[in-house]
Amino acid sequence: MPPTGTERPRLAVWKFASCDGCQLTLLDCEDELLALTDRVEIAYFPEASSRMLDGPYDLSLVEGSITTAEEAERIQDVRRQSKQLITIGACASAGGIQALRNFADIESFKRTVYAQPDTIESLATSTPIASQVPVDFELRGCPINKSQLLYVLNQALFGQRPTLPTHSLCGECKRAGVTCVMVAGGTPCLGPVTQAGCGALCPRHNRGCYGCFGPSETANTQALSPHLERLGMDPPALVRIYRTFNAAAPQFQAESQAHERD
Amino acid sequence: MESLQRIDLVGFGSLLAQLQAEGYTLIGPRLEAGTIDYGAIEGPDDLPIGWRDEQSPGRYRTLPRNDRAHFGFNATPASFKTRLHRSEETVLEVQRGEQGELRFVPVIPAVKKQAWIGARSCELAALAIQDRVLKDSADPDPRYAARREGVFIVAVHCGQAGGTCFCTSMNAGPKAEGGFDLALTEILDGPEHHFVVETGSDAGAALLERIPHSQPTAADLRRAADAIEHARATMGRHLDTDGLKTALYAQAQHPGWEEVADRCLACGNCTAACPTCFCSSYEDQVELDGANARRTRHWDSCFNADFTHLAGGPVRASTPARYRQWLTHKLASWHDQFGTSGCVGCGRCITWCPVGIDITAEASRIRQANGEPPK
Repeated sequence: MPPTGTERPRLAVWKFASCDGCQLTLLDCEDELLALTDRVEIAYFPEASSRMLDGPYDLSLVEGSITTAEEAERIQDVRRQSKQLITIGACASAGGIQALRNFADIESFKRTVYAQPDTIESLATSTPIASQVPVDFELRGCPINKSQLLYVLNQALFGQRPTLPTHSLCGECKRAGVTCVMVAGGTPCLGPVTQAGCGALCPRHNRGCYGCFGPSETANTQALSPHLERLGMDPPALVRIYRTFNAAAPQFQAESQAHERD
Repeated sequence: MESLQRIDLVGFGSLLAQLQAEGYTLIGPRLEAGTIDYGAIEGPDDLPIGWRDEQSPGRYRTLPRNDRAHFGFNATPASFKTRLHRSEETVLEVQRGEQGELRFVPVIPAVKKQAWIGARSCELAALAIQDRVLKDSADPDPRYAARREGVFIVAVHCGQAGGTCFCTSMNAGPKAEGGFDLALTEILDGPEHHFVVETGSDAGAALLERIPHSQPTAADLRRAADAIEHARATMGRHLDTDGLKTALYAQAQHPGWEEVADRCLACGNCTAACPTCFCSSYEDQVELDGANARRTRHWDSCFNADFTHLAGGPVRASTPARYRQWLTHKLASWHDQFGTSGCVGCGRCITWCPVGIDITAEASRIRQANGEPPK
C-alpha cells in the first residue's frame, strides 16, 4: 500500500515567472485533492496555504521561467532542496510568452512600459528551468492538463517514470473522432507539429491548434509552414503562430525566425 | 441472378425499421459538422440525402448534389474500424482486496447488435483484413470479436468514385463481392429512385423476406451495372500493383524515402484514418489510493517515435524509416505477413494527410526509380 500518515512524501510547489495558471490546475483537482493529500504532505505551496514548511522536499513542482538574476539563484536552491523536480507548464519548459523578449530589445520594452525603467531588474532573456538545473520531468502545456498532472504526480509517488505521449496532437484528434479542421475546413492548425496532451481542446471547437503544448517529437515545421501559407497565412502570421506560449522552444523559435526573414 | 431483388424507397425505410425491430442499433452515414461520417441513425431521414463529398490530397469538402441520392458520397472520414477496434478502451481492471490480494478482471464488452448501413466494398475488404488479424488469428482480441459478432451489414455498391479512390487497383471494389448480409445498388435515373438488392447471407435473405420487395426489371439490372461501371471508370487514383512488392523491397535504400520525409509531418493521420491499421499501445494506470488499477489499449502509430522505443532508442529512429515502414508494410510486407495487401484503396490516407502526401504517387515514384516505370 502507498505510504500514509507521517511517512507521506513532502510536496513543494514553486513559482517563477508565470501567471499561476498551472499551479491553479493542482487546486482545480477538487475531486482528487483529498486522495492526493492522503498520499503527500503539502509542505510548501504559498498559492494554496500560508503554512510554509522548510525543506528538503521529496517532490517539487516548478512553474514559470527564469527572467531575473534572483530567479536564477533561487532555482538552484529549489533544486538542492528537492529529491525530484518536475516542471509544470510552457513557461517552465520553453520560457513562456515572456520569452518574446528573446526576440527583441528588453531595454526598449522597459522604457515603453515603466515610468522608471531603471528600477526594473530583468534578464535579457526568459529561459526554461531545464536550462538552469537538471529536471526530472517536464509537464507541457499552457496551461497543463489536469489528468496529466495527476498522472505524473501519481507516477512520481509510486516511484515510476511517467510516460506521456510526445507524438503530435493529430493522434489525439483522431482517437477522439474530431474531424481535421485543416483538411475539412481549410483552417490553419499547428496540431501536426504540436505535442498531444491537451485533449484536442481547440479542434474540438473547430479551431486550429495554437501549439500550447510545444513542439511534438518530430515537429516538421518546415513542411507544415508552406501548407499554412497555402491556407492563407502570410509570413507575419506565421511568425506569430510559432511565437506564442512556446516561442523559445528550439523548433518553434527557428521556424518563426525563418519567416521573420521572409 | 435470381437472388437480386428490388426495393423502393418505402421498402428501404421498412428495411431499416425491420432491423430496429429486431434489436439492431443502426449505424449509418450522417451529415454532421461539414463531413459525411458514420454514426447512430434512426431512419432514412438521417442519411445525407442529396449530399456529396469532394476529396483530393489533403482536402475534404461536402457539397449539395442536384438529386436526392441517399449514398451519393465516397469514403467517410472515419472507417467502420472505429466501431470494432476502438480507439481507446479498458482491457483489464486490477482490484486490491481486503487482504491486499490482487484480482485481475479482463474487460470484455457484451455482444451488441449493430447494423451497418451503407458499408462500401473497400470497408468490407478492410473488415476482412481486420478479422484475419484481430479475430481469426492465433491470438484474437476478445473485445474486437465480441463487437464483431453482433454486426449485420447492409452494404452499398459504389455508384461513383472520389478523387482519392483507387479500390479497383487494390481489387477491393467498387462492387462488394462478399462479406455482407445484403448489398444495395442505388438506382437514380430521372424519376426512377430505388435499390437493387443482393443477398449475401441467410440472415440477409430472411430479412429481405420480411420487407416489401419485387423482381427487378431488365432495365433496373442494367442501371445497377451501369452505376457500378461508372464508379469503376471514375477512380481518382490508380496504383500499379504488378510486381510492386518486389520492386519496393528492392528500394529500401532509395533516396526517395528521404525526399518524402521532407514533406511528411509524421503526424500519424494516415494510420488513424486507414481502415486496416490496427497498431496499439497499452498503458497501466493506478488510482491515487493504490487500490485499483486499469490497463487501457489505445491506437498507436508507426509514425510515433515511442511506438518502437526499446532499450537504446526507437527501432525506426527517423521519419524516412517510419514512412518506409508504413508504405512497405501496407503494400509489400503485409502480403508476407497476412497473405493479402494491407491497402484497400479507400484513399483516406491521401485525403486526410494534412499536406496531401499520396501513397499511389509515392509508391509509383519509388518503383519508377527502380527502372520500372508504372504502366
